[in-house]
Amino acid sequence: MNTVQENTQALKFIPASEFKNRTTEAVSDQHLRQSFRGAMDFLMAKRAAQFPDLAAFEAQRGLAEHIRKYSLSRLPDLLEQLERTLTANGIQVHWAENAEQANALIVGIARKHAAKLMVKGKSMVSEETELNHAMAAAGIEALESDMGEYIVQLNGEKPSHIIMPAIHKTKVQIAKLFAEKVPGANYTESVDELIGIGRAVLREKFMTAEIGLSGVNFAVAETGTLCLVENEGNGRMCTTVPNVHIAITGIEKVVEKLEHVPPLFGLLTRSATGQAITTYFNMISRPRQPGEKDGPQEVHLVLLDNGRTQAYADEQMRATLQCIRCGACMNHCPVYTRIGGHAYGTTYPGPIGEIISPHLMGLAATHALPTASTLCGACDEVCPVKIPIPDLLIRLRGEATHDPRPGHAPLVGQGAAKSTLMNIVWAGWAALYTRPALYRAFGWLATRFRFLTPPVQSGWTVSRTPMKPASRTLHELVARRRSGR
Amino acid sequence: MERGNRYSRRPTDIYFYATCLVDLFCPEAGMDAISLIEREGVTVHFPEDQTCCGQPAYTSGFADEARAVALTQMQLFPNDWPVIIPSGSCAGIMRHHYPKLFADDPPLKAQAEALAERVFELSEFLLNVLKVQWQDTGPPTTVTLHTSCAARREMGTHEHARALLAQLPNVNVALQAHESECCGFGGTFSLKHPSISSAMAGDKADALKETGAEAFISADCGCMMNINQTLQKRGDAFQGKHLASFLCARLANSGEKA
Amino acid sequence: MSARDNILRRLHSAPQGKPVLPPDVNGFYATVRSRAPTEDRAQRIERFCEKMAFWRGEVVRVTRGNWAATLQALCVSKQVNTLLYGTQSPYAAALEASGIKGLKPYDRPVDEWKTGLFRDIDAGFTSTRGGIAETGTLIVWPDAHQPRLMSLVPPIHFALLDADQIHDTLFDAMSAQGWSDPSSPMPSNALLISGPSKTADIQITLAYGAHGPKELVVLLLVNEEEL
Repeated sequence: MNTVQENTQALKFIPASEFKNRTTEAVSDQHLRQSFRGAMDFLMAKRAAQFPDLAAFEAQRGLAEHIRKYSLSRLPDLLEQLERTLTANGIQVHWAENAEQANALIVGIARKHAAKLMVKGKSMVSEETELNHAMAAAGIEALESDMGEYIVQLNGEKPSHIIMPAIHKTKVQIAKLFAEKVPGANYTESVDELIGIGRAVLREKFMTAEIGLSGVNFAVAETGTLCLVENEGNGRMCTTVPNVHIAITGIEKVVEKLEHVPPLFGLLTRSATGQAITTYFNMISRPRQPGEKDGPQEVHLVLLDNGRTQAYADEQMRATLQCIRCGACMNHCPVYTRIGGHAYGTTYPGPIGEIISPHLMGLAATHALPTASTLCGACDEVCPVKIPIPDLLIRLRGEATHDPRPGHAPLVGQGAAKSTLMNIVWAGWAALYTRPALYRAFGWLATRFRFLTPPVQSGWTVSRTPMKPASRTLHELVARRRSGR
Repeated sequence: MERGNRYSRRPTDIYFYATCLVDLFCPEAGMDAISLIEREGVTVHFPEDQTCCGQPAYTSGFADEARAVALTQMQLFPNDWPVIIPSGSCAGIMRHHYPKLFADDPPLKAQAEALAERVFELSEFLLNVLKVQWQDTGPPTTVTLHTSCAARREMGTHEHARALLAQLPNVNVALQAHESECCGFGGTFSLKHPSISSAMAGDKADALKETGAEAFISADCGCMMNINQTLQKRGDAFQGKHLASFLCARLANSGEKA
Repeated sequence: MSARDNILRRLHSAPQGKPVLPPDVNGFYATVRSRAPTEDRAQRIERFCEKMAFWRGEVVRVTRGNWAATLQALCVSKQVNTLLYGTQSPYAAALEASGIKGLKPYDRPVDEWKTGLFRDIDAGFTSTRGGIAETGTLIVWPDAHQPRLMSLVPPIHFALLDADQIHDTLFDAMSAQGWSDPSSPMPSNALLISGPSKTADIQITLAYGAHGPKELVVLLLVNEEEL
C-alpha cells in the first residue's frame, strides 16, 4: 500500500508572502470559522478547568518560566553536557545547522540500514525541516503515525495546529478520506471505527518499519534522557519497535535536571488540552541493553538550530525559545480562531508561529505574520512559560521595517518590509504629534471640514461606517467651558 | 511604590489626559469623564499641549517616532498629581510601556517610571482612589460591558468598571459570550488586516447584541468606534456608549455626593 | 568547522545577560505541600483510584494472597487466551502457579517473534515501580525481565501496583525513588502510564485504544482491611 507516499505529491507549500489573501479567503469560509471556533472554545474551557486558582497558576508558571530562563542562560553548556551523557548512555548525537543538514543526517542513517519505511511519531521539528519530502526523494517512505498527522498526510495537507493536526477536519470528511484512500476500509462516521481503521493500518507498519522517528519534549542533560509526551502510544511504538530510533529536536529543548521536568510537564499538558497528564510519558535514556528483549539497537538524537541561534543572540528575542509547544497561545488567539492554522503558511501557526517563524524562515518571507495580531494579550495571559509575545511582535514589526539597531547584527531578512511611504507617514505623524499648536490647528481643521470625510477609508469601511471627526475637539470644548462661553 | 499606597491618597487636583481618539472623535465622553471627577470635589487640569500617547507608532514598530511623541507628553505633568486617562489602552501605554520605551536611557526611564506610578485609568481612579459612592437616578436598564484588551489585561478595567456599575441598582449588566475576546480593533491592525478585523468586530457586535441589552458600555473609545460603526454599517440601531457618558447620565439628577 | 562547532560558537558568543540562579523546585513543591490538606493513606489510595478511573483505567483491589487468583478470574471474564509475562520477574512463580490459561513468557528478543507479539497476544502483565496520586499514574520501569512492549502492544495491560508505593506527585516519586541518582541510572525506557491509549484527533472526540492497549487494569495491592 503506497497511497500515502503518492499523496505527498499533492502537498503544496504556501508562500507566506500571500498571507493577506489567504486570511481573507479563510475568514469567509464559514465552515472553517465554525469548526475552529468550536474546537478552540472546547480547548479553552478544558484548560480553564485545570487552573481554577489564578494565584496558584501564577506561581506554577513563575517557576516554569524560571526553569526555561535558567536552561537558556546555560544553553551551550547544557547542550555539551547532554551530548556527553547521551553518548555515555550509548545514544548517538548529531548536530544540524539547518533543515537540509538535518534531513541529510536522517536520510544517511536510514540508508545505512537499507530502510524502506520510517514510521513517525509526532514531531513538529520534522515538519519544520519538511523531512517527509527529503525521505520521499531518497526513496524511503515516511509515514506519520499520530492519528491526526496520519489523516493530514493521507489528505496531502500540513497540520493546522501543533497539538491537534487535523482539527480543521470533520469526522465526515475523515470518513470519506478513509473510505477513498485506505484499501479495504468501509465508509463509517463512527469515530471509534475510524480510529480502529487507523490502528489496524498503522500496527502493520510499526511491525515492518526499520526506522522510527520522534520529536522530543524535554531533553535532560544530567541523566541523558529524552522525554516524550503523548496519548496514543504511537510515540512509544516508533521509539520501541523499529530497530533504529531517531529523535529530532530544536536545541532549545534541553533542561539541566530531571527535577526540572515535572513543573514543565504539568503545565504543558494542562495548557495544551486541559489534561492533568497524558496517557504516556516516555523517558528514553539508552538503546536496547545486553539481555533486553526489545527496544531499538540504535538511538540517535539530531539537534537542530535552523535559526534558533539568531533568536538566542538577542536578549529580548531569546524568550521566544522558552516555548514548550503547548499551543495554548493559538487556542486563545482570536486571529487564529478566525483564520485557522493553514492560512499562516508556516509550520508553527498562531502567536508562537508569528514570533518564531521569522527566525526559522527569515523576515522576507514572514514579515506580515507579526502584524497579524491586535496585541490583545490573550496569548501572554495563558502562556505557561510567560513568553512576552505581544512585546516580541512589536519588536519584530520594528525589525521588519527598519535597519538593525546600532550594535545589533541584522536578522535574516532584516528590513524586508521597509517602505519609504511608511517612513514618511510615521515621520509626518511624529511631526504633528510633537507640535501641540500644529496638532490643535489640525484638530480645528478636521472638525470644521468634517463634511469632507471620505466615505471610503481603506480597509476600515469594508465593514464599518467612515471615521468622522466630532464637530469640536475636546481641546475646544474644554477651552470654551473654561472661558465660560 | 506599591499601588495600594497610591490608592490611599486622595488628591485635590488631577491632570486629565484625554487621548487623541477622545479629543477628535468622542469629545463628549471626555467632558463627561471630567464631570465625574469634578463632582467628587477634585480640580481637573487639562494640559493644553497634550496630543497622543504614541501608541500607534509604538505598536507599529516605529519606536523612534513613538519615543519622540512620548517625550513631549511626559513633560505635561510637572506637579505630583495623578494623571487620569479615560482609556485603558492609552493608560496601559503610559503605565507599562513608557518605561520600556526609554529602557536604554536611565534618566528618562526613571522619569517614565515615576509618571507610570501616577497614571490611572478613569474607572480605576473613581473606584479605588476617589472611592465614589453613587445614587442611581436612572430608570431600570440592562447593558453589557465590553472591556478593551489592554484595559483588561494591563489595567484591570473589567473589574473596576463592573464594580462601578454594581453601585447602580437599576442597572443590570448582562454578560456576553466570549466576554474577554478582542473586538478586532487593534489600532493599525484594523487597516492592515481588514478582513480578519472585520470578522472579529462582527462577531463581537453579534455577541453584545445577543445579550438583549439596551446598549453596550465601553471604557475605550477605540473599541467603541470599531463596534458602533460596524453596527451602523449594518443599519443596526444597537449602539455603545462610553462608560463616562453612561455614568454621567445615570447620576445626572443626584446631588453632588451621595 | 562542524555544525556542532558553529552552533556552539554562536551560542557562546551571544550576550550573557544577567545570570539566572538555579530554580528551587524542591522549595516550590514544599510550599505547595505545606498548603495542601493533610491526607492519610486511605485518602491517597482513594485519590489515586479516582484519577485512574477518570482516565478509564480499571482498578481492582487485591492482596498479596489473592492477586494471582484475581488475575486468573479477570483473564477468564475478559476472555484472555494468551497472557504475556516476564519469566524471571519476582511475580513469575505466582503467575505460573495461578492456573491462568495461555500464559506466554516473553523470553526471547522481539525480533524473533514480532508478528506473534502483535497478532497473537491478548494481554500483558507487568509489575510497576509505583504510582502517582495527583494524576492517577503508574510508574513502569521495564527491564530485561519485563520488556518495554509488554505494556504497549497487547490490547489489555494488567499492572500490579503496591499501594505502599503511591506517591503524591511526580516530583515526590522521582525524589523518593532517586531517579537521578547516578548510582542507579535511569533504565533504557522509563514510563508513566495514565490509562489506556487514547486519541481525540478526530473532531476532538475521545476514542480509546488508539495504538496501544484498549484496556488498562490496575491490580492494586492493599492490606486485607483495605479491600
